[in-house]
Amino acid sequence: MSLSAGGQGAATATPLRRRPASLMLYFARMAREARLQLLSAYENIELAQRVLAEVCGSADIDGETTYWVGMALREALANAIKHGNKLNAEKRVLIHMLVVDGQIRIEVEDEGEGFDPASLEDPTSPGNLLRSSGRGVFYMHKFMDEVTFRAGQLGGTRVELIKHLSARRES
Amino acid sequence: MKTRIRDVGGVRVLDLEGKITIGSGDVELRKSIEDAITTGHNNILLNLQGVTHIDSSGIGEMVGCFTTMARKGGKMKLLNLTPKINDILQVTQLITVFDIYDNEPEALNSFAS
Repeated sequence: MSLSAGGQGAATATPLRRRPASLMLYFARMAREARLQLLSAYENIELAQRVLAEVCGSADIDGETTYWVGMALREALANAIKHGNKLNAEKRVLIHMLVVDGQIRIEVEDEGEGFDPASLEDPTSPGNLLRSSGRGVFYMHKFMDEVTFRAGQLGGTRVELIKHLSARRES
Repeated sequence: MKTRIRDVGGVRVLDLEGKITIGSGDVELRKSIEDAITTGHNNILLNLQGVTHIDSSGIGEMVGCFTTMARKGGKMKLLNLTPKINDILQVTQLITVFDIYDNEPEALNSFAS
């Protein structure tokens, strides 16, 4: 799939693989900003990661940073699709990516019922280490510098992910 | 994700390639492990050399397969971590859980001990 970039134009694309998807892409500011509206299918995570790579590439962000921010984005989208929208393919996930002021900012919003991030347990505590789930938000915190959850305008959860481009990832 | 299956001695080796991520690679990994178990393989070696991404679902699936194998008296070990996969296992502190090798003969021999 090729993606057009630059200017204030809008573009449409067909979904990956077989699942239904609604997609709108809006590029602006030399492709350093993108807005996407996806339907809730895991296949669309791949598409969003490709768009992020386009945005980061246009802003000359290094591949290592792009990789880890992409991993955080994947987790945010997986949470929005699975836990927020409960895999209802007709519900939307809104994504806003922006590179500005030495930061990558990403917002992901779902149409679910919201959740309390304080209810999450530490997946690295001995009692949780062998659990087969519960690491998604942990991934986001590890790969980004700031992670903020709040209620979204659609009634669900909006998570904001920020990466300071001068900062190194802790590992 | 692509999976190449090899049986070397008494060990089922799965050469994994691509992404072990939600909705695709994680499910394929689970099926490969289930298939190994149902065909009587108690020793499984996951070769991760060709794996580019493992998200939290993929990690969860690996942990689930590891505990399933342990409950059945089997063993699941890891081979050839890339730097990025190594980083992920470090931050999740699972590096201490899995038995990890960077040499296949050594990994295969370890199942005998």
